[in-house]
Amino acid sequence: MQLNDQPLTRTLRAALASKKILLMTHLVLGYPSFAVNREVVRRMVTAGVDLIELQIPFSEPVADGPMILKANQESISSGVTVAGCLEFAAEVIAAHGIPFLFMTYYNILFKYGVEDFVSLAREIGIKGFIVPDLPPEEGKEFLEITRAAGLAPIQIFAPTSTPERMRYLAGHGDGFIYCVARRGVTGSKTDFDTDFADYMVRCRAATDLPLAVGFGIRNRDDVASLVGRADIAVIGTETIRLVDSRGPGAVEEFIAGLR
Amino acid sequence: MDIKEGYYGQWGGAFTPEVLHSTFAELKAAFKKAKEDPAFWQEYVNLMSSYSCRPTPLTAAENLSGLFGGARIFIKREDLNHTGAHKANNVIGQGLLVKRMGKKRVIAETGAGQHGVATATMAAKFGFDCTIYMGEEDVRRQRPNVFWMEKLGATVVPVTDGSRTLKDAINEAFRDWVGSMDDTHYVMGTVCGPHPFPEMVAWFQSIIGIEARAQILDRTGGLPAAVYACVGGGSNAMGIFQGFLNDPEVELVGVEAGGRGLDSGEHASRLAGRDASPGVAQGYKTMFLQNADGQMRDTHSVAAGLDYIGVSPMLTDLWEKGRVRFAAATDAEVMDTLDLTMRREGIIPALESAHGFVQAFKEAPGLSPDDSIIINMSGRGDKDIFTIAHAFNDPSWKEFIIARGKEYAAE
Ligand SMILES: Cc1ncc(COP(=O)(O)O)c(C=O)c1O
Repeated sequence: MQLNDQPLTRTLRAALASKKILLMTHLVLGYPSFAVNREVVRRMVTAGVDLIELQIPFSEPVADGPMILKANQESISSGVTVAGCLEFAAEVIAAHGIPFLFMTYYNILFKYGVEDFVSLAREIGIKGFIVPDLPPEEGKEFLEITRAAGLAPIQIFAPTSTPERMRYLAGHGDGFIYCVARRGVTGSKTDFDTDFADYMVRCRAATDLPLAVGFGIRNRDDVASLVGRADIAVIGTETIRLVDSRGPGAVEEFIAGLR
Repeated sequence: MDIKEGYYGQWGGAFTPEVLHSTFAELKAAFKKAKEDPAFWQEYVNLMSSYSCRPTPLTAAENLSGLFGGARIFIKREDLNHTGAHKANNVIGQGLLVKRMGKKRVIAETGAGQHGVATATMAAKFGFDCTIYMGEEDVRRQRPNVFWMEKLGATVVPVTDGSRTLKDAINEAFRDWVGSMDDTHYVMGTVCGPHPFPEMVAWFQSIIGIEARAQILDRTGGLPAAVYACVGGGSNAMGIFQGFLNDPEVELVGVEAGGRGLDSGEHASRLAGRDASPGVAQGYKTMFLQNADGQMRDTHSVAAGLDYIGVSPMLTDLWEKGRVRFAAATDAEVMDTLDLTMRREGIIPALESAHGFVQAFKEAPGLSPDDSIIINMSGRGDKDIFTIAHAFNDPSWKEFIIARGKEYAAE
């Protein structure tokens, strides 16, 4: 099989040549403020994060748990706009040399106009998109436009996805595959047990794209247990919790201690 | 023409997270099998007649017809369903489906609480565990229904996110479902959400229209000039409209919540107003009340069950095709109409249902006595006692509440 040569995939493979596992972090734009976001991104990059997922807040984030839900709502109610998020993304992308992705729900792209949104994202240097409520069946236009722009429409695997479904999803995906570690929304604990190991084997069999694992990864042990099974560990809720409780200053040490 | 599964014109679809993909596949298959099995519908109709007072009557509102002069006004009495609203039709149907699927637990969202009460009732009857999500604001507005849900054995979870109304309860129910789908069915309360929910709920609610058409033909020898129904998500409206969709001479009128007026920004009128635009949220594509960024707006209605950001994709399609006309009734009009209907007919419509009455009363005088019209009375108003007493500023009710409060405080 010929290896996927999409730009983001290539970047990730290159990084994997010298690291056992990559780290992807997540933040909700505008929460608690762009100023704090800016500092958090800087500290994450300094601590060696390999890629960052920037969530554009949406009023109905159905796949997110309480922590990220609250962050979405507070960001919106403080007046954060999509235009503001795009502007902030352009700034951090220009300042830091790692790949950034947009994570958001489909309505944000739909309302903006998928074509305009993708072309602007490309201009500012975004490398891909994670849109959890847009399955390939509904996302034909989005997939075509994203691919044509050379950006990665990241697809999502779940423990409930059958092998056929995984192959179908992988066929529409690029960059890497985001493997949701368990059923449920973001934010609660995940057991990395034998079921999980079997799941990762199924994911690996379905695609040669790099595999990211997210939902419930909180500490060094969690990350260690992914080495050899996955290529990217995703830390989402935990950094929001950390910034809320201890401020952005705590981020660097936390990230640096993960691997 | 390229007709995509789960779409009504350009509206509908299934914008669901991957983790629910297999759950929806299972639900679609179970629903398809049930729909193709005449024994299933027969079982449903039998149960509805023995448990839920079906067929519900079509009542001639003679006093109101006399008052307005013009068309003869008939009321389809969904308030006489078990638990007091059309919600029972849908819930019992889904309950039979859950039994077939072998699941043990049901969850639901509720606005006015009627769908929650119906679901809790169904769960009690079929022996399912039951959790109901309800916006904190609606918990406050619909306290009597919360009381009944709990007494029926359900766990009521007040949702404190967002606007603390129906839309937030729907998000919370989805959040539960993505972790619990192995043994849990989400009993969607209206003809919204991802495919196959709109089709499934519409199918169960079609029993209203099937009955109403036969009843009006029997009573008047002809079809009505118009059929009126309130529209929250749109299930009672789709229920009765389906009986007349193939009768082009029958005008179908959906009435949304005009709240404090269509220009006030405080309403829930998607299709009657000008504030809604196409969007994708809560798993489907329709006209939503949202801002230019695609963030959903706060809505307002005196009727908790109409206070919703979206509307059935089926209705949006029928509206776009010109088959269903939309109007809005304001909170103030609703209170006046409620007063009138109680005094003249001895009937207490739910605040939701009263929206349909408002538009029917506006239009009846312009029709001829040879015409008839039907109002779908989706539910009864008992549940609204606190809201109605407050709106009427009823002095003796206030006295009673104060006295009760003192008694409890002294305990
Ligand atoms: C009595 C009653 N009527 C109408 C509605 C609105 O729902 P729908 O438009 O789905 O019939 C509700 C919703 O809770 C209700 O309780």
